[in-house]
Amino acid sequence: MRLGLVVDLDVCVGCHACAIACKEWNASGTIGPLTDYQPYGAEPSGVWFNRIRSYEMDEYPNNKTINFPMSCMHCEDAACVTVCPTGASYKRPEDGIVLIDQDKCMGCNYCSWACPYGARELDRSSGTMKKCTLCVDRIYDQELPIEERQPACVLTCPAHARMFGDFDDPDSAVSRTVRERSGYGLMPELNYSPTNQYLPPRSKPVIPIGPKPKGGLKESIKQFANKLVRR
Amino acid sequence: MHPAFSVIFFTVASGAGFGLFSLLFIADVFKLGGGFSREQLVIGGLIALGLIVFGLLSSTFHLANPKNAWRAFNRFRTSWLSREGVFAVIFMPLALIYLVSIWFDAPTWLRDTSGFLAAILAWITVFSTGMIYACLKTIRQWNSPLVPANYLALGYASGSLLLLLGAVVSGLETLPYIAMSALIMAIAAVLKAIYYFWIGSPGLSPTINTATGLTRAKVKLLDTGHTHGTFLTEEFGFQIARQKAGLLKVVVFVLGFALPGLMLVWVFNQHGGEMAAIVAVVAGLVGASVERWLFFAEARHVVNLYHGAQRC
Repeated sequence: MRLGLVVDLDVCVGCHACAIACKEWNASGTIGPLTDYQPYGAEPSGVWFNRIRSYEMDEYPNNKTINFPMSCMHCEDAACVTVCPTGASYKRPEDGIVLIDQDKCMGCNYCSWACPYGARELDRSSGTMKKCTLCVDRIYDQELPIEERQPACVLTCPAHARMFGDFDDPDSAVSRTVRERSGYGLMPELNYSPTNQYLPPRSKPVIPIGPKPKGGLKESIKQFANKLVRR
Repeated sequence: MHPAFSVIFFTVASGAGFGLFSLLFIADVFKLGGGFSREQLVIGGLIALGLIVFGLLSSTFHLANPKNAWRAFNRFRTSWLSREGVFAVIFMPLALIYLVSIWFDAPTWLRDTSGFLAAILAWITVFSTGMIYACLKTIRQWNSPLVPANYLALGYASGSLLLLLGAVVSGLETLPYIAMSALIMAIAAVLKAIYYFWIGSPGLSPTINTATGLTRAKVKLLDTGHTHGTFLTEEFGFQIARQKAGLLKVVVFVLGFALPGLMLVWVFNQHGGEMAAIVAVVAGLVGASVERWLFFAEARHVVNLYHGAQRC
């Protein structure tokens, strides 16, 4: 199994609900807490596993805003695991999830240097590195109804911009969607083979921006008459 | 990259210590300049070990959870950080055997074998320190074979200046030590110059387009999604102005290479003697520290692409 996420950049509205749901679930989950520094102060900061940034593609009038959620890509060739000196970082052979053993981490930050996606964040209060677990304490929970055995970010997304599934199964919903929509991984030139895939924004016709003709029957008769006179 | 002072002190001090130890062994084998006495060799060796131990201890200060530091020897097979620790720890007993066999006049084979193996391990350890940085594909300025070469050359250059000071203080013939130091410093300066030239041009590097996968048009950042800083901006956001970096490179070459070089000439011409050798050591170490600070300050991690950098 190779579990991961698909993010639809065409659909994401940038509401940050996935980041909030992630924080809510994981703050009290196996890897919690996700410490906040000065949450109500002048310089609020803290640990998040999921961050949403917004970009603008192309230039006016062809520009488009793209909201870009990013979490751990659970890379197949995960350099963060390779460089870890303590063995705290590991990739599970059974489902490809990259995790950090909080009891072994010494907080050297080296794994965060190796990660190009900024997926790993140090928790200053525990002194350990933390990252997206793909809600490993949720997706296998037999107590939950089967449709809820998904990462918190996927369940909460109001726009259905996120999907969760097994990329090793060519007939899974994620594999089919990535095939049909030409999904891609980020920064492929570094050869980390990220598991998470992004669906590109669809090409849409440019919306004309000149003054619109006023509608209505009277107006069209006028225009028709004008055309006749001009001829 | 954010330059952490504990790591700067660690790499400069342990590099100088490993360099001094290796060169002390060479000076001992070839009896350079008449050869150090038994006491002088042991004192020199202990100074080298002191630099290494202080360096290694200071490197644990940048750990957020130092109680797990002992686990760092666990992943020798994959991690250069782990390898560095393991090699440094294997080096220690060999170096001590060497010093003990000098002190107690042990058979030459034991003295030479332990010294040789310790010198080789010193080389491997400094190489591993360089590889910690050079193996990261995420930082273009580090992902280069010139990085371990620079670490080795600068470590040995600082070590050779310390050894020269030892030779001057011990009243040995200084010419072989001056020649050795001049050669190593010239190699270190040339390698550093090539490095600065090499990182000057971006080459093939990730851009904001490949980072977001939006490769068909210009991409620019609208919003980072956080109101204040994050761990990522603290750790990777550090940026140094091009002019300031250029100025510091001049400082590196003047303090790290030119001034010690001039002092070598002074020692050679019997001007100043000890004072000139001390100035050479201090200038060399300060130059190496500035070089190390700049090494971190100039490194641009690719995560900056997600925070708006067009290329790294």
